[in-house]
Amino acid sequence: MSVRWWNKPLFWPLAVFGLLLLLNLIFKPEFFAIRYQNGHLYGSLIDILNFGSPLAIVAIGMTLVIATRGIDLSVGSLVAISGAMACLTISRGDDQHALSLVLTAVLLALLVSIALGLWNGLLVAGAGIQPIIATLILMVAGRGIAQLITSGQIITVTSKPYNFIGAGWLMTLPFSVYLAAAVFLFAAWMTRKTSLGMFIEAIGCNPTASRLAGIRSRSILLAVYMFCALCAGIAGLITSSNVSSADGNNAGLWIELDAILAVVIGGTSLSGGRFSLTGTLAGALLIQTLTTTIYMLGVPPEITLVVKAFVVLAVCLIQSPSFRRSLTRGIPWSPAASGQEVSRHG
Amino acid sequence: MVDRKYIPLLVTIGLFILMFLAGSLRYPGFFSLQVFMNLLIDNAFLLIVAVGMTFVILSGGIDLSVGSVVALTTMLSASLITEAGWPPAAVIPLVLAVGILFGWMMGAIIHYFQIQPFIVTLAGMFLARGLCYVISINTITISHPFYTHMALAKIRLPGGSFISISVVIALLVVALAVYLAHYTRFGRNTYAIGGHESSAVLMGLPVGRTKMLVYAFSGFCSSLGGVVFTFYMLSGYGLHTVGLELDAIAAVVIGGTLLTGGSGYVIGTFFGVLIQGVIQTIITFEGTLSSWWTKMVIGLLLFLFILLQRIFTARSTRSQSV
Amino acid sequence: MSENRPMLQMSGIHKRFPGVHALNDVRFRMFAGEVHALMGENGAGKSTLIKVLTGVYPVDEGSVEWEGRPLHLRSPLEAQQAGISTVYQEINLCPNLSVAENIFIGREPRKFGKISWKAMNRAAEALLAERLNVKLDVTKPLDTYSVAVQQLVAIARALNISARLLILDEPTSSLDRDETNKLFEVMRHLKKQGLAILFVTHFLDQVYEVSDRITILRNGRFVGEYLTDELPRVELVQKMIGKDLELLGGMPKRTAAPGEAKPPYLRASGLGRKGGVEPFDLTIGSGEIVGLAGLLGSGRTETARLLFGADRADQGRLVIEGREIRLDSPRKAIDRGIAFCSENRKTEGIIEDLTVRENIILALQAHRGWFRALSRRRQEEIADEYIRALDIKPPDPEQFIRNLSGGNQQKVILARWLLMNPRLLILDEPTRGIDVGAKAEIQKLVLSLSGEGMAVLFISSELEEVVRVSSRIAVLRDRRHVRHLTGDDIQQTTIMQAIAGG
Repeated sequence: MSVRWWNKPLFWPLAVFGLLLLLNLIFKPEFFAIRYQNGHLYGSLIDILNFGSPLAIVAIGMTLVIATRGIDLSVGSLVAISGAMACLTISRGDDQHALSLVLTAVLLALLVSIALGLWNGLLVAGAGIQPIIATLILMVAGRGIAQLITSGQIITVTSKPYNFIGAGWLMTLPFSVYLAAAVFLFAAWMTRKTSLGMFIEAIGCNPTASRLAGIRSRSILLAVYMFCALCAGIAGLITSSNVSSADGNNAGLWIELDAILAVVIGGTSLSGGRFSLTGTLAGALLIQTLTTTIYMLGVPPEITLVVKAFVVLAVCLIQSPSFRRSLTRGIPWSPAASGQEVSRHG
Repeated sequence: MVDRKYIPLLVTIGLFILMFLAGSLRYPGFFSLQVFMNLLIDNAFLLIVAVGMTFVILSGGIDLSVGSVVALTTMLSASLITEAGWPPAAVIPLVLAVGILFGWMMGAIIHYFQIQPFIVTLAGMFLARGLCYVISINTITISHPFYTHMALAKIRLPGGSFISISVVIALLVVALAVYLAHYTRFGRNTYAIGGHESSAVLMGLPVGRTKMLVYAFSGFCSSLGGVVFTFYMLSGYGLHTVGLELDAIAAVVIGGTLLTGGSGYVIGTFFGVLIQGVIQTIITFEGTLSSWWTKMVIGLLLFLFILLQRIFTARSTRSQSV
Repeated sequence: MSENRPMLQMSGIHKRFPGVHALNDVRFRMFAGEVHALMGENGAGKSTLIKVLTGVYPVDEGSVEWEGRPLHLRSPLEAQQAGISTVYQEINLCPNLSVAENIFIGREPRKFGKISWKAMNRAAEALLAERLNVKLDVTKPLDTYSVAVQQLVAIARALNISARLLILDEPTSSLDRDETNKLFEVMRHLKKQGLAILFVTHFLDQVYEVSDRITILRNGRFVGEYLTDELPRVELVQKMIGKDLELLGGMPKRTAAPGEAKPPYLRASGLGRKGGVEPFDLTIGSGEIVGLAGLLGSGRTETARLLFGADRADQGRLVIEGREIRLDSPRKAIDRGIAFCSENRKTEGIIEDLTVRENIILALQAHRGWFRALSRRRQEEIADEYIRALDIKPPDPEQFIRNLSGGNQQKVILARWLLMNPRLLILDEPTRGIDVGAKAEIQKLVLSLSGEGMAVLFISSELEEVVRVSSRIAVLRDRRHVRHLTGDDIQQTTIMQAIAGG
């Protein structure tokens, strides 16, 4: 018996996506205009891909964490730390345009990110602290760490190679789009070509049975948090190189919320188990399209937040079995908690 | 000798005393009653908000919308007072009602649809912040005499120091919360739900009603905190109190309340807020350090307390094999 | 001791679920001032009967009379209000609240709207002292007390809500001897106050120690109600399992395997775990099938879990293939060649979100590590092979396992472990929920595997099965290994006598 088409996880995000495109088509057809200039493609659609890349990358890392029934609230801080680390290294160098310097800076930033991811993983898998609590620590302290690195200033760098990461172009498309594609392909390969994906889903769905089946839960959890942090690091490099500076305070602000939203919209459940990287990409795309559409339609951008609120709510309601039950039965719902959820067999 | 359940609270209080003494030893002029009173004056709004957050966390939930509701309150107040010319006597009850309603709605969605508090209050945060901007992108200043009076009034205390009216409000809220937590069925039910929700259901406790009340109370505290903040800042602005929810959560955790729910004291949150204030004051007195050090120290404290909590709970429950 | 009119009278009770007639014309009654034990094996209908009595399920047919009046319950809350309270195995109280609060919460004594702690604490102390004969510091949090004490507090709460019928669901599972004695004292004290107590337990000795009356259910039907003094132990066991001693005399016996000169694959000496199973000795040789027989809750699964490393042993030694080993994780056991097919397929077996194919290859893949993934083609081959071998329906490896029936899910988990080709295969109720034809297939499979040298530990509640496949049987009762049967002793009669003991 196959799943009804409106129940398929990707249906709703794609439907809303289509709706947005339709709105644009009706009110602002220029939305779809793509210009070719100086060897680059320009246009709103390109902007969506470009500006959505950091979010997409963070969301991909977040997907795997959520699939294990966890969450990582610290990615915003990690974005800031990564950018700060890179800019600091470059600003200390003699020749800021030197490729070797930039590569060192990038490597350092990513290593720091991975180390912080390991920290998160150890708290969760080693000390057994709830993920939301464990990552809260770095969320709060991380901004401080970023400021520590930048000494409270906004570090500006002038470095062509570094700037290329976030603002460069490669074969008509922004370079950041390729980074996002690379991260996606890597994650997809790792999770589907090896058995990591299956283990992650097993751990998130039924940790007890997974342990009894001999799955190494601890190391997988560590890996997942480290990968999520790495993704945040890469996104941090993109955002900071885009503006050639590092702002410890504002970089990546609230990106964790957008990332979680993208994952949830994409169909991965917050309680772990089956996950969909493609869904997450769709979710990230949707969020970015939302922002761009609102901008293009001339609606004040502050509305974005209000719309996001309703989208979150709508998605969660749709995913909530109690809500779906109340819709189909049309009677005043009685929440499961007030009585006993009657099990079918004695 | 000491009841085991008071240990986290005593640790917090001890930590505060330690920090205050450390500051006093290091900086001349630190050890004064006024410095202590300033802690309360500057953080009155945080204290009120954190008290509301305490109840939510005690019930096993979380409320990410508090910072945004504070901002919304300032925005609504400023817009109604400055632009629409309403009197404070009408505006203040209105914004409080908005806060209560907002919280109650979130609680209802969380309970009836069984959606995680994290996500629902996240949506609430977006919504409230967004509504701020819908009202106005820019700051709206308040120059109404009532507000300026509230902002500047000093209540003289015997001994020469003074506090603001906001402090009185905050202390009243703390007192109310302590009473609710320990002497009402609502408070005890909150602890029960946070301790073991399924048991609370089986014991016949009104879980749904309590949960909605808890979030409504948090909404009330957020909007009251917003009113107090308006006295402090004399303006409404969409970018007010960004990240306040994290400060509130930190205050609650450092105050000894378990993030998993069911254990903790409102008084603990009081000292948690004081500790944040003291850290901020020390950094100001130090002069050379930037205020971002506050975040790191708070993060470190958060880590230590969470680790302590974990060790605490791991020892009292028998370690199970899977 | 018992009055003439029963407090509770249930008659003609029917309760059906899709595919199973859980209660079929069941009769049950309770008298004030009595401890009444409800007994029955798996699928007997015990828990369904209790759920009906406590308002979790409505009855399909039949009548329930309580204190002389008809009773129609719609929720557990209504049952409590009617005077029927349950104390569950997992203490349903709030561990963070004090003892007094747990007793009174929801109805705390108040003065001018303000909770009066002094009054509450005093009332709690009085309640515990007078009705349970227990002295406690009621201001301490519940979780500072042992499970035994928490149970007494749960009972106190029930009494406070004016319970007149108290259901104790497996109260002694986590208690030691002294704590059990204390509980029985309390029960006797409550009896004298006129309470009716429904005692649900697997511990035979305890039933004879404290109960006045016994009702037996089997396969959803009412077998009989007896006064404890008038029911010999062996008869009780017989009636629970459903075999008549005389008729079994002529059943064919399995010929014992010739004595093995090889060293055993596994030797456990004094292996035990508090709250799990008392220290036991057990050897299993390659090619041997050792059966564990006993009633539900007698410690068979606990034994298996110790041998698999799912639980950590408190004491004793384990020697596998000549090397002593401490098994503290399933992974270690799997690496040593042990496989464990759990009886709780829902919580410990199936991964709901995954397909049949993925569930089958899961353990093998975990063993190989994440990098050396089995190719999709190989996975499908394996899945098809086992779907055919075990006749899994529907025969679609891409089906989500949550859509399969319980029995077929069981087969998938069995396939998972058979795929590991273990040296020791531990099977805990492998044929539960499986139709008769498939049961026979699995038994044949197990026999042939042992013929090829696999050691097998076979746990089943169905004595026929255990007798048919095992070359040796360890009999358990009340969390202890009580007897070892070999050769001609492997018959259902001997097993039942061993279980009954006494």
